[in-house]
Amino acid sequence: MTAALSSAPAGLAGWTQRWLDALPAPAGELAPVQERGRQALAELAPPSSRQEDWRFTDLALLQQLPLAAAATSLADGPAPRPGLLRLQLDGRLDPLEGVDLPAGLTPLSPVETAQALGHTLAATGCEHHWPVELNHAAAQRVLALRVASRTAVRLELVSTGPVILRLLLVLEEKAELELSQSIQADAPGLTSLVLEAHLGRSARLHHGLVARGHAGAALLGHLAIEQEPESEVRHTAVSVGWGLARLEPRVIQVDGQALTRLHGLQIVEGRQLADTHSHIRFNGPEGRLDQVHKAVAAGQGRSVFNGAVRVPREAQRTDAAQLSRSLLLSDRARIDTKPELEIVADDVKCAHGATVSSLQTDELFYLQSRGIAADQAAQLLQRAFCEEVLRELPDGARAWCPLQTLQLSGATA
Amino acid sequence: MIRPDAPVLLEIRDLQARVEDKAILRGVNLTVRAGEIHAVMGRNGSGKSTLSKVLAGHPAYTVTAGSVTYRGENLLEMDPEQRARIGVFLGFQYPVEIPGVSNLEFLRVATNARRAQQGHDELDTFAFEDLVRERLQVVQMDPAFLERSVNEGFSGGEKKRNEILQMALLQPLVAILDETDSGLDIDALRIVAGGVNQLASPDNATLLITHYQRLLDAITPDYVHVMAAGRILRTGGKELALELEQRGYDWVDQELAELEAATSRTPVEVA
Repeated sequence: MTAALSSAPAGLAGWTQRWLDALPAPAGELAPVQERGRQALAELAPPSSRQEDWRFTDLALLQQLPLAAAATSLADGPAPRPGLLRLQLDGRLDPLEGVDLPAGLTPLSPVETAQALGHTLAATGCEHHWPVELNHAAAQRVLALRVASRTAVRLELVSTGPVILRLLLVLEEKAELELSQSIQADAPGLTSLVLEAHLGRSARLHHGLVARGHAGAALLGHLAIEQEPESEVRHTAVSVGWGLARLEPRVIQVDGQALTRLHGLQIVEGRQLADTHSHIRFNGPEGRLDQVHKAVAAGQGRSVFNGAVRVPREAQRTDAAQLSRSLLLSDRARIDTKPELEIVADDVKCAHGATVSSLQTDELFYLQSRGIAADQAAQLLQRAFCEEVLRELPDGARAWCPLQTLQLSGATA
Repeated sequence: MIRPDAPVLLEIRDLQARVEDKAILRGVNLTVRAGEIHAVMGRNGSGKSTLSKVLAGHPAYTVTAGSVTYRGENLLEMDPEQRARIGVFLGFQYPVEIPGVSNLEFLRVATNARRAQQGHDELDTFAFEDLVRERLQVVQMDPAFLERSVNEGFSGGEKKRNEILQMALLQPLVAILDETDSGLDIDALRIVAGGVNQLASPDNATLLITHYQRLLDAITPDYVHVMAAGRILRTGGKELALELEQRGYDWVDQELAELEAATSRTPVEVA
């Protein structure tokens, strides 16, 4: 007994092994992927603070999560918007069963799915990341959709965590997709999201993710996007309330000449931790990036942002702007923010900036001098700070982000 | 309008205040009755802007002595928001820009805070829009400014109009207007002054903090006070402002020097 205990790996490695052991045997369309993921996890050391990419992000919370996800029910949400198809994703059942898809939207065939799955993860250099392998090991189902050339589709995806989600989107030439995605977790557990999107020439994707968590819940998300020239991506992610949230938007402009707009907002209080590691690579000339990342940290919350931008020699005339703005609402909260620009091309515009501030006394006083109570004034200012990101969400996603969810307890401290 | 029997709205007694370690107000005395318009003039650094901020409750200033009563209540122990709700209004010299907060929402929340204090019902979005559109006329303001963020990207004149619009909505009993004329061209000055005149009534009072006579050509004060070194050095009628305009502030320095000399000659008792 004692010998068995001491031979079991400790910490996160031990948790990973127990988590793997609790998974059902590989089955279904993703069985080969599950097998590969489990094999990889058995060999891959889990992230630790000794790795630069995980320096500020402690995954210790994972060890406290229940191994088997409890059955989830759909939490209350806003009524579906007229004309917006809502799909419920629970990671198990077929979300397309009995659903009439709008014109232009079709599921990929099993053969197409098998060919395309993992392609964008590899192209963006994250197919062997630990959180991705975790998803590989456990995801039972992939929602794989194609938007046909020259069609425009609006779609809403709704999930209640804990849940393991795998998505694959193929946008053909000149296709347009507005994707509103909501993930809500109101119980402890691990939610994992791996999304791959491939945009053909002149395609447009507007993706909004609203992830509302629970202090005992963790969210690990990879959003891998490949862009052909003339395509446009608007990706906006809002995370609030997770004990641990790590999002990695990773974009590659395969031949430059595309537009990438990334907006992020993460809100932490209590002992929560939110981390966004974004990675954008321009593999050709004249690509554009417009990135704004915001963080609000109250209580003993921790926020991490790392924004990598890679501009190799072939990416001449790249025009990239990255801004990180953080609002620190407590002297016990902590914010780490870092731009990481690697520029080899010589004819480029790459602007970056980072600010960390608290609420401005003059702004608070101005509002108070008009009869607005100090705590209400602080909330107005916080909301105003968040609004710059929230307004980038598509309407369907915005509806999942009511203003009261952004209000922090003890934020005026 | 001076009426000796009008109720006292604001009573300032020996008010002393400092910012950080610097004493700025050194014994201000002033009584303001309903219906009166007071002008407080003085050089930069005389303490006139500090007086307005202390009355509004700015957290950077510490009151070290004296008292301020507003309709019999101790104003100094109230939070800034409470002062505003019971009818004290500060028009800012430099109105603050607040990106992301809609001007319309800001005005509505402020108006409803004041109305709740007065026992009136809260105005919903529609009722408030009707009210605000009516009050916009006081300062001939373009409704487009309601849709923008509070003061963001407003010109100097637009910011001051927005201040007077707030005053028109909040209907204060004591309005303290800090350098409302600064940064205004002639036309904007006329409009802003016209707004202040429209809002003045026998029931309320206005305290104009100003540098120049030109505002007082447009708004006729009942009293003019000259501040220097944190005190009101002299009080007179509107002719005092004209005298300042003609003679400049040099005589104020002289009078102040004499006063300081007299103070220092006061025998000091040795224990």
